[in-house]
Amino acid sequence: MTDLTSLTLAEARDRLKSRAISGLELTRAHLEAMERARGLNAFVAVTADKALEMARASDARLGRKEAGPLEGVPIGVKDLYATEGVHTQACSHILEGFRPPYESTVTANMWRDGAVMLGKLNMDEFAMGSSNETSCYGPVASPWLPPNWSSDRARAALGSGRRGLLTPGGSSGGSASAVAARLCLAATASDTGGSIRQPAAFTGIVGIKPTYGRCSRYGMVAFASSLDQAGPLARTVRDAAIMLRSMAGPDVKDSTCSPASVPDYEAAVGRSVKGMTIGVPKEYRLEGMSDEIERLWWQGSEWLRAAGARVVDVSLPHTAHALPAYYIVAPAEASSNLARYDGVRYGLREPASDIIDLYQKTRARGFGAEVRLRLMIGTYVLSAGYYDAYYVRAQKIRTLIKRDFERVFADGVDAILTPATPSAAFGIGEKSENPVEMYLNDVFTVTVNMAGLPGLVAPAGLSSAGLPLALQLIGRPFDEETLFSLGETIEQSAGRMTLPAPWWN
Amino acid sequence: MSVDLNAVRRIAHLARIEVSEAETPHLQDEINAILKFVEALDTVDVEGVEPMTSVAPMRLPMREDIVTDGDIAQKVLANAPRTEDGFFVVPKVIE
Repeated sequence: MTDLTSLTLAEARDRLKSRAISGLELTRAHLEAMERARGLNAFVAVTADKALEMARASDARLGRKEAGPLEGVPIGVKDLYATEGVHTQACSHILEGFRPPYESTVTANMWRDGAVMLGKLNMDEFAMGSSNETSCYGPVASPWLPPNWSSDRARAALGSGRRGLLTPGGSSGGSASAVAARLCLAATASDTGGSIRQPAAFTGIVGIKPTYGRCSRYGMVAFASSLDQAGPLARTVRDAAIMLRSMAGPDVKDSTCSPASVPDYEAAVGRSVKGMTIGVPKEYRLEGMSDEIERLWWQGSEWLRAAGARVVDVSLPHTAHALPAYYIVAPAEASSNLARYDGVRYGLREPASDIIDLYQKTRARGFGAEVRLRLMIGTYVLSAGYYDAYYVRAQKIRTLIKRDFERVFADGVDAILTPATPSAAFGIGEKSENPVEMYLNDVFTVTVNMAGLPGLVAPAGLSSAGLPLALQLIGRPFDEETLFSLGETIEQSAGRMTLPAPWWN
Repeated sequence: MSVDLNAVRRIAHLARIEVSEAETPHLQDEINAILKFVEALDTVDVEGVEPMTSVAPMRLPMREDIVTDGDIAQKVLANAPRTEDGFFVVPKVIE
């Protein structure tokens, strides 16, 4: 018998539907895998009782032939989605003990469709980070072994702070690690500057950040409201398509959420890409870029060409300004959004003599170092005398970045192909001392958030050290379908990624 | 542009984050490293460019101006560190 945790989401769904397996046994298999993988630190809360209860209800609906599109499918939920009565802290100490009395729209959509919640997943605090090291619950280990490490050495490191093990990326590090380690069939994630796509690239799985407005942000802990988008992490392009269809959709509770109906994304998987035009932007060829990233990128365009697409050179002249502009816009919006954490209405409260003291002590103790730094940057760029020089200027540059993409798409380009990250995964503790160096992880992904476009990352091969590398496809607004078709072409051409065997058990 | 120690103290106060004297120099370095990183934007010609206000070309939806929610005082207070008689409790604000 195949291990139930090794099934793809699509395979599990089909077997549940044909009653070859039950939702309960599938959920139990995942809860057991989670228990054995505690050392990875991917989950920060396990909702086993709730999962079993939901699985039983799914089995009943499957028996009555009333199954939803995700009926009985066990998934993990990033800790920034409000889940009613369940641990929701965005992995921050300042939300200590918070149990939301409401459900986020994205997770509500998934429960409506029959999904089973296994628990809440680790992440960088308030999604601010690229390595999951800023979490108040400590870093997450990737299931990928560092080059030349034995399983024994890695297992020993799990018990000593996970130092030296590889990061799964961030901020959706728990989601990526759990999906790659087969602790859940898929997971919700979120992406403000690359937080779905960089972890997908680092762990050899698939992630998509849909168009801004495709998923409701209601009930997602806000970081930078003009950039935040929900999206899935999954092991195949098809699985990501199935997930996104359930997650997305109109919502009156989020005025920025699109009223457009959600297409059947799965139908786009396997659709021919013949005749499509793919742009390769010269500005993504960074100085000092490694040969293997360069080769992977070239290989990707060859695969798409072989599938009948036309590959053309394009130019996105303002690319280099996206990351610096992001580090003005995102902290500015964060400083405004995170003003709500004041020790009065929920979460942590530090004892203090007066109200200002209460705010200052609570926020100093409750926020971690990276969050405090970004809030101070955001406060500074919005303060009197600096607003025009920093914030307004960054928003003007954002207009220019968006225009670059609009021009390329108007010229008939259907999608843009780029590398996903400048390198393969790095080690825990390796880059945590230097914020700016850490920010460079998002150099290829952040442009997409700045322009509100959809971006899909699919694994495309291994580095010389044997670690996953990935390619990114950027699409027109609300044309996720083209990305799923192209993404599957890359997946088929590269061959399905073989994920590491469980050394962590 | 860069910030001095006094500016760091002022920003921390505006952000309502208590910062000890010992932490201030390190924070100053980190803030200045980021300000240096974003300095490259000064060279971009933004003459006549409209600042982005909405990334998606969407009209803000309108609805009837009626109450659609409410009467959930218990839920609103459920996570508060201190409450009394249906109110949030904070240290004395006015002498």
